[in-house]
Amino acid sequence: MSEEKLPEPHSPAGALDPFADPGLPAHEPRVTDIDEKAARRAERQVSLLFVISMLATIGFIASYVSIDKYKIIDIFFFGKIGALNLALGCTLGVALFCIGAGAIHWARTLMTDEEIVQERHEFKSDPADREGAIREFQRGAAESGFGRRSMIRRTMIGAMALVPLSGVVLLRDLGPLPSVALRHTWWGKNGKNGRTLIINENTNKPLRPEHIVKGSLVMAKPEGLNVDNHDYLEEIGKAAILLIRLEPDEIKSKKQLEWSYNGVVAYSKICTHVGCPIGLYEQQTHHLLCPCHQSTFDLADDGAVVFGPAARSLPQLKITVNEKTGFLEAIGDFAEPVGPSFWERG
Amino acid sequence: MASTHADSAATGPIPDNAATKTADYFDERLGFYGVAKKNLRKVFPDHWSFMLGEVALYSFIIILLTGVWLTLFFKPSMEEVVYSGSYVPLQGIHMSEAYASTLDISFDIRGGLAIRQIHHWAALIFVSSLFVHMFRIFFTGAFRKPREMNWLFGFLLLVLAMVNGFTGYSLPDDLLSGTGLRIAEGVVLAIPLVGTYLQFFLFGGQFPGHDIVPRLFTIHVLLVPAIMVALVTVHLALVFYQKHTQWPGAGKTEKNVVGLPLLPVYTAKAGGFFFIVFGITALLGGLVQINPIWSYGPYTPDQITAGSQPDWYIGFLEGSLRIMPNWETNLWGHTISWNVLIPSLVVPGVMFTFIAAYPWLEAWVTGDKREHHILDRPRNVPVRTGFGAAWIAMYLVLWIAGGNDIIATHFHLSINSITWTMRVLFFVAPVLAFVVARRIAMALQRRDRDKVLHGRETGIIKKLPHGEFIEIHEPLDAEKLHVLTAHEQPAPAELPPAVDENGVARKLKPGQKLRVRLSKFYFAEQIEKPTAEEFKEITSGHGHH
Repeated sequence: MSEEKLPEPHSPAGALDPFADPGLPAHEPRVTDIDEKAARRAERQVSLLFVISMLATIGFIASYVSIDKYKIIDIFFFGKIGALNLALGCTLGVALFCIGAGAIHWARTLMTDEEIVQERHEFKSDPADREGAIREFQRGAAESGFGRRSMIRRTMIGAMALVPLSGVVLLRDLGPLPSVALRHTWWGKNGKNGRTLIINENTNKPLRPEHIVKGSLVMAKPEGLNVDNHDYLEEIGKAAILLIRLEPDEIKSKKQLEWSYNGVVAYSKICTHVGCPIGLYEQQTHHLLCPCHQSTFDLADDGAVVFGPAARSLPQLKITVNEKTGFLEAIGDFAEPVGPSFWERG
Repeated sequence: MASTHADSAATGPIPDNAATKTADYFDERLGFYGVAKKNLRKVFPDHWSFMLGEVALYSFIIILLTGVWLTLFFKPSMEEVVYSGSYVPLQGIHMSEAYASTLDISFDIRGGLAIRQIHHWAALIFVSSLFVHMFRIFFTGAFRKPREMNWLFGFLLLVLAMVNGFTGYSLPDDLLSGTGLRIAEGVVLAIPLVGTYLQFFLFGGQFPGHDIVPRLFTIHVLLVPAIMVALVTVHLALVFYQKHTQWPGAGKTEKNVVGLPLLPVYTAKAGGFFFIVFGITALLGGLVQINPIWSYGPYTPDQITAGSQPDWYIGFLEGSLRIMPNWETNLWGHTISWNVLIPSLVVPGVMFTFIAAYPWLEAWVTGDKREHHILDRPRNVPVRTGFGAAWIAMYLVLWIAGGNDIIATHFHLSINSITWTMRVLFFVAPVLAFVVARRIAMALQRRDRDKVLHGRETGIIKKLPHGEFIEIHEPLDAEKLHVLTAHEQPAPAELPPAVDENGVARKLKPGQKLRVRLSKFYFAEQIEKPTAEEFKEITSGHGHH
């Protein structure tokens, strides 16, 4: 061990400095350094940990082979838990942990703990190397003529700048252009004024106005949009609506009243903030809360935002009842894009 | 005993056995003995706080190991299937292959759930340890010259870790992670000019489409991990090459490194610690449930569960979105969603750019161009400590705001008042944290000064003959005295005189005034550390304590 006493780099005081670095303290031996018995005890402890690890690995393999993967056991505090998962996790954990504990115990008790001092060197190269490197570079650059032959330099930079464009162009077919996809939903499939039957999401059956009772929220979708459709998720992500019943005199907005049927109103279920489906309805206030970011919409007032980060009212869907069948129908599509805002939305 | 064995190994003849011959075989082809001789006994300083980066490294390795295993069974496809596996509640339900194969991993492949949970726990531990490791580096000034670049590599690792956490979390295509993707889609849509196009290209069409899971899979298992492995390698190589920093202490200088050798102690401790971390993570995987995707159900954009929460490290973005006021402008037929842009891109952008740039900001203010290998005690640089505390406070406010619904339901509070409180705290808490942390740092400096000059309070009360009670103070030992006084106290920068020696008005370089002002902010108010003269005067006094 080489102990060097280097002067404090920025300490102005001389040898009389009471705060001067006293230098590395002398090594103090541990019990295991001087007592062979203690050392042997530590050795046994380390080996015991390694043996436990071996046993745990055997336990892991035994569990894997013997425990039924569907077996559920009930353990105090943990509750019902898969037996195999529990056994595998615990045996693997113990097997690994004991290797670690053994190695560290070994290092702490039996390996020398005398500190070593090594020198640091400034990273800056010495001036000769610096000069040499720059000269070599300059010579290479001069031989290439890169600085002198400006036509080559400029065209090369031009070529190198252009060539990545191919890579960018190749990304074009990652997806279709947006076009007007975000402006329309499945409700508009039957033409602007075409009528679409409203289907209850849970029962998959058409709805009558009396199915919508006060204080409850009914989730619905347009007729023809089924789980089997290839683009079901994309379409339901725009077309999902919710229906509620209000007293007609509770409705504050004239437009909302006109677009409703006997107090039954339909709103987009997709939040205008970043598109989460909204599902928390407070019957007393007719407020609808988005569980993602707590934007709150007043369903008795055009779906206006009353709190939270959403900037736009919830789009309303114009509905009526088919005189012949008595089922609720939507008239045309939403009048505005549903869901989150986007640059072209306007 | 160990040392005598070690001595004879170091002086005796070189053994002529199979191990030596194998090493010779490779040396004749690679010539590595020179490098090995220099580095096998390389010194690593020891301190518990140096372990935090190790936790990050080891959890990263655990993620790689378990992640490779998971790819053997996971099917990154959004093709629709009808579930027919062993989890009864979901039998007959339409879902993506990705979700169905995650269910299979969780229920039908032996050990699958344990490995999935180890992978997820390791990811949570990875990001946590990166943050804490970064705080350690920040508060001790370990990012100073010559380690600024390594700070930046570490910073990139943190950002990539969060990105890869989010992409991995999204892969199972369950209701919870799909909701996270939907929010991400809303954020992409909010980007001015190109947002709609970006969204269509990213998702291969309208949300959710059929492409996002396979695309995220490639990003999650190939692109980002490859970059991270490269960065980790460079990060560690630089730690090795530049040698580790050390705390001030007896025998420790800017020109040396004091510690234990790579072989055997550091290898045993660090290698052993890998197994400790892995073991604890495996126990978590076996005992503590994480992300039970089967209870969320498959993703569909028209459903959600109340109390949806992302993994912890995305929480601050969620909170940021939640407390933003609903500003949106419509101009000439175009919409700018400030309510989404500011909280999801601008706020985190500013916060993380500040972190990335801090080493250069501080170096510019202090004008310090020297190398630093001795760590700062956080109290000795109160302004930096204050900045760190302020950053953490801001992050925590956003993070807590991300759980405003949970807080509201658990404590029966109004969500509106919680949100408003968080809006105010976002601006107030960092300022408060700065002031408080800086004050505490200065108070601790003051205590250090007292300890140096008057010694340690022993807690022993002595009654003097005339009845007075005094507490006996014990002088500090030489090491303590050195540690408490070894730090520098730079004087704040001054502007040069307004006119030069010829009486001509001096032109100030742009930024020079700002630099001087900031330098004053950093260094003008300091607790003077005791001087040798003060110390000698007091300690030579008669019976003074």
